[in-house]
Amino acid sequence: MIFFLLSAAVFGGVYLWGLKGLPPMGHYRGPYGDVLNQVATYERHVTDIVTAVNFDYRGFDTLGEEFILFMSVVGGTVLLRRQREEEKSEHKDQALSDESPERQAPEPSDATRVLTLGLVGPLVVFGLYMVAHGQLTPGGGFQGGVILATAPLLVYLGGDLKKFKQITSHTLVEVAEAAGAGGYLAIGFAGLILGGAYLRNVAALGRTGMINSGGTIALINLATGLEVAAGFVLLLYAFLEQTLEIRLRGGK
Amino acid sequence: MSFFPYAVAAWLFIIGLYGIVTSRNFVHLVICLAVLQSSTYVLLLSIGYRVGGTAPVFAGVPVGTLAVDPVVQALMLTDIVVEATVVALLLALALQLHKHANTLDPDKLKALEG
Amino acid sequence: MSTLAPLPVVIPLSVAAILSALNKFVGRRLSEALAILTTIATGVICGELLLQARVQPVMHWFGGWTPRAGVALGISFVIDPIAAGAAVFTSLLVLAALIFSLHYFDTVGTLFHVLMLGFLGAMCGFALTGDLFNLFVFFELMSASAFALCGYKVEEPESMQGALNFGITNTVGAFLVLSGIGLLYGRTGALNMAQIGRTLGGNLDGLVITAFVFIMSGFFIKAAVFPFHFWLADAHAVAPTPVCVLFSGIMVELGIYAVLRVYWVIFDGPFAAHRWDVRALLLAVGSITAVVGAVMCFGQRHIKRLLAFSTVSHVGLLTIGFGVLKEGALAGVALYVLGHGLVKAALFLVAGLLLHRFSSVDELELHGRACRMQATGVVFFAAALGLASTPGFATFLGESGIIDGAKGIGQGWVRAVFVIAGVLTAGAVLRVWGRVFRGMGKAEDAETAGAKKIDEGRETNAASHGIPAVMFAPAAALVLLAVAIGLMPGVKRAVRTAAIVMQDRTGYQARVLEHAWIPVTPAEEEHTPIGKGLAWSFGTTAAALVLAFLSLSPYWPSKHVLARPVAKTVHLLRAIHSGHVGDYVAFLTFGVAAFGVVLAVLIHLR
Repeated sequence: MIFFLLSAAVFGGVYLWGLKGLPPMGHYRGPYGDVLNQVATYERHVTDIVTAVNFDYRGFDTLGEEFILFMSVVGGTVLLRRQREEEKSEHKDQALSDESPERQAPEPSDATRVLTLGLVGPLVVFGLYMVAHGQLTPGGGFQGGVILATAPLLVYLGGDLKKFKQITSHTLVEVAEAAGAGGYLAIGFAGLILGGAYLRNVAALGRTGMINSGGTIALINLATGLEVAAGFVLLLYAFLEQTLEIRLRGGK
Repeated sequence: MSFFPYAVAAWLFIIGLYGIVTSRNFVHLVICLAVLQSSTYVLLLSIGYRVGGTAPVFAGVPVGTLAVDPVVQALMLTDIVVEATVVALLLALALQLHKHANTLDPDKLKALEG
Repeated sequence: MSTLAPLPVVIPLSVAAILSALNKFVGRRLSEALAILTTIATGVICGELLLQARVQPVMHWFGGWTPRAGVALGISFVIDPIAAGAAVFTSLLVLAALIFSLHYFDTVGTLFHVLMLGFLGAMCGFALTGDLFNLFVFFELMSASAFALCGYKVEEPESMQGALNFGITNTVGAFLVLSGIGLLYGRTGALNMAQIGRTLGGNLDGLVITAFVFIMSGFFIKAAVFPFHFWLADAHAVAPTPVCVLFSGIMVELGIYAVLRVYWVIFDGPFAAHRWDVRALLLAVGSITAVVGAVMCFGQRHIKRLLAFSTVSHVGLLTIGFGVLKEGALAGVALYVLGHGLVKAALFLVAGLLLHRFSSVDELELHGRACRMQATGVVFFAAALGLASTPGFATFLGESGIIDGAKGIGQGWVRAVFVIAGVLTAGAVLRVWGRVFRGMGKAEDAETAGAKKIDEGRETNAASHGIPAVMFAPAAALVLLAVAIGLMPGVKRAVRTAAIVMQDRTGYQARVLEHAWIPVTPAEEEHTPIGKGLAWSFGTTAAALVLAFLSLSPYWPSKHVLARPVAKTVHLLRAIHSGHVGDYVAFLTFGVAAFGVVLAVLIHLR
C-alpha cells in the first residue's frame, strides 16, 4: 500500500512536470485544428467540422474505432453466450414474463409504463434526426446511434419483456450491425476504386447547409449510426438476458 | 487557473489507479478504469480549448470565426462511445467470473499465484 | 500512392463483418475456410508490399489527403521493409493458429473466426501505420479482440481472472499511451508521426521526457517488460492454445515494434544528445526483465505458464537489443523476433497437442505420457534449441547482431544476460521434453514443488489416439522455417538494410511530408568474425542441456548450502506474482514513476 502511494505520488510528480510544458489552457497553438477550421467547409460543404474530421479527414481512425466497438460487441456476445447447462434450463421456463414466481422485481407502475412507452417514439425520431444532421450541426452517427439504442431499453423498463426480447434478439439486429460496419468498409472501397485512395470522398458534395451535403460523409454517418445502435442493442440484450436468466434460475 | 484543468487530468488518472489497486470488487474496478479514461478526455479537451472560441460548427456563423480545435473533439467523441463498449467487455468477464466463482473480490481469487 | 496498402487491414475486417452477419446461417467449415483464405490473401498482399517496400517505402494517404506545406491533414500508412515484414509474419502466425484450431471449438461457430480476423487486421494496421493516434486506435482494436479471445473459455473462473488481469493492465497501458499522445499534440499540434518528429526538433524538456516515458511504458505493458509483465503468464495460462500462439508469437513483439517506431521517428531528434541515458535505462530494464523471466520460467510446472515466462525473458533480450540504439542491433532485434516467434509458436502448438491428447499441460502430470509421440518430441526439442540461440536458427543471427552492436558501443557484458536467459529458458523447456517425452526424472519435484497446479480444462472434444495432422504440421513447419531463415544466405544483410531505413529519421520525414523519392540503399557487407559468437552459442546450448539433465536427475543439489538463499529469492519472486490485479497495477505505477524519475535524473546530470 505504501509502495503504491509512494509510486503514485512520484507518478503524479512526473506527470505534472510534463504537463507544465503544455501551452496554458485556452491558448491552443497547433496548426492542425486551425487549418481544418479554415478549409473544411469550403472543401466538403459541411458546417460541422468535427464530423468532417471524424468521417473524412480522419475517417480511417473512425473506421478503426467503429471496429473496436464491433469487436467488443462480438466479444461480449461470445463471453455471454449460453452454456450447455443454461440451454437445458431454458426449456424448462417459458417465455420471460412477469408472472414467473422467482422474479422478485415489482411490476412497473402505470406512470412508468406510460412515460417510457410514450417516449420510445420521440426518442427514435430524435435519434434519427441526430444521425442524419451530423454534417450540419453537432451530432452524427455515434451520438445518434447511442440515442437510438436506448429505445429498446425504455421498452424493457416499461416492463414489456416479451416485446423487448422480440426486438432485441432478432437476427436482423446482428445483420444490421454487420451491415453498418460493412457499409463503412464498402464506402471506403468505393473511394479506393473510384479515387485511388481508400475512403476518398467520391460522392456528390451537395450544397453547404443542406442535409445531403458532404458526399460520403453523410453516407458514412448513416452506416455508423446503424452500426452503433445495433451494437449497443446487442450488448444490452446479452447482458439483460444473463441477469434475467440468473434471476430465473433462483438467483446466485 | 490555466493550469488547473491539466492538474485535474493528472489527479483523475491517479485516483483511477488508486481505485484499481485497492478495489475489492471487479465491477467497481472496471468503473475506476472508466475514471482513468475520463482523465485522458479532460487532458485532450483542455489542450484543444481556445479562450473566446466558439464551437467548430459554422452553421450560421461565418467561416473564419475564432473556434476551438475540432480534432480533439472528434477523437474524444468516438473514444467515449468505444471505450464504453470495452468497459462492457470487461464487465462481461466480471459477470461470468461471478457466475462461476461466486465472488467478485480480487483478494479471494487464488488460482493464478506464482 | 499504392492502392494495395490499405488492403491488409480492410480485407480481414470486411470478411469479419461478413462472417458476423452470416453467423447463424453458415456452418463451421465454411467460416474456417473463409478465415484461412482471407489470412492467406492478407499474407500474400503483405508479401507484395514487402517487395515494393524494399525499393522505396510505400505510402498511402487515406481519403486522398496529402500533406500541405508540411501539415499532414489525413492519416498515412508508411510501409517500410520492417513494417511490411511484421505484417507478413503476423499473417503467417495467424494462419498457423487457424490451421491448428480446425480441431477446436465446437460450441461457438463463426464468432471465433470473426475475432481472429479482427485481431489480424488490427495487428497489420498497427504495424503499417504512420499516424500516432491511428497507432493507438489499432492498439485498442488489437486489445479488444485479444481480451475476448483470451477469456474464451467462459466456464472456468481462472480464465475470467486471467482475462481480467490482461484486460485491466493493458487498458491502463492504452490510456498511458493516449496521455502521452495528448502531451505531444499539445506541443506540436500534429498527430502524424513524421510531422511530430519534425516539429519537436531537438529540444528536450520535461514534456518530451514525460511523453516518451508514458508512450514507452504503455507499449511496454503490451510487450510485457518488467515491471509490467505480470499479466502475460496469467493470460497465457488460461487462453486457448491458438490464441497463446499469437500472443507470444507476435502481439507482444508488436509492443516492442511500436516503441522502436515511435522512438526512431519522433524521439530520436530530442534525445540525440542524450542517447546514453536512454541506453542506460533500456539496457538495465531489459536485463532485469530477461533474468526475472528466466528464473520464473524455470520454476513453473504448468507448461503454458513456463512458455509465457520464457517469452518475458526473451522480450527482455529484445529490449536490450533496442537499447543499443544502433542499426546492427536493430537488425538483430528483427531477426530475433522472427526466430523467437516461430519457435515459441511451435512450442505452444505442441503444448496444445499435449492438451488435446492428455487433457493436461502440467509437466509433472504428463510425466512419461508422451513417450510414443516421438515426432512431436523432435519438434519440441528443436524449438527448445531455438530458444537457446543455437547456431542454425534465426535466433542465433539475431543474437549475434545484437551482441556485435553492443560490443561496438562497449557494452559487451550483455552477452552474459543472453547466456543466462538462454540457459534457463531452454533448460526449462528441455527439462519438460525430458520429463514428458522421455519419462526421465521423477513424477514429483523439488524446485517446482512450490508451484501450484492449475487445472486446465479440455479445449477439444475427441480423446483421440493419433495426432491430427492439422495440429502437428503447423508446429513442424514453423520450426523448419526458423532454421531456414537462420541458414539463408544474405538474410542478415537484407535485414540490416531494413533497419537502416527504420532509423533514418530525416529520410522518413521527407518521404512522408514532401513525397520525396529516396530509394533504399543496401547495407554494406559486414565482415565481423562469428567464431566467438558460434562458440558462445554452442556453449549456451550445451549448458542448457546439462541444466535440464541435472534438474531431472537425482543429483539436483537441493540441499546444497547455496540453495537456501537462492530458494528464498525465488520464493519471494514467486510471491510477487500474486495473480491479483491490484498488485499488478501498483507495480505498473511504480514502473512508470521509476522510468520517469531515472530518465529525468540521468538527463539533468549531464
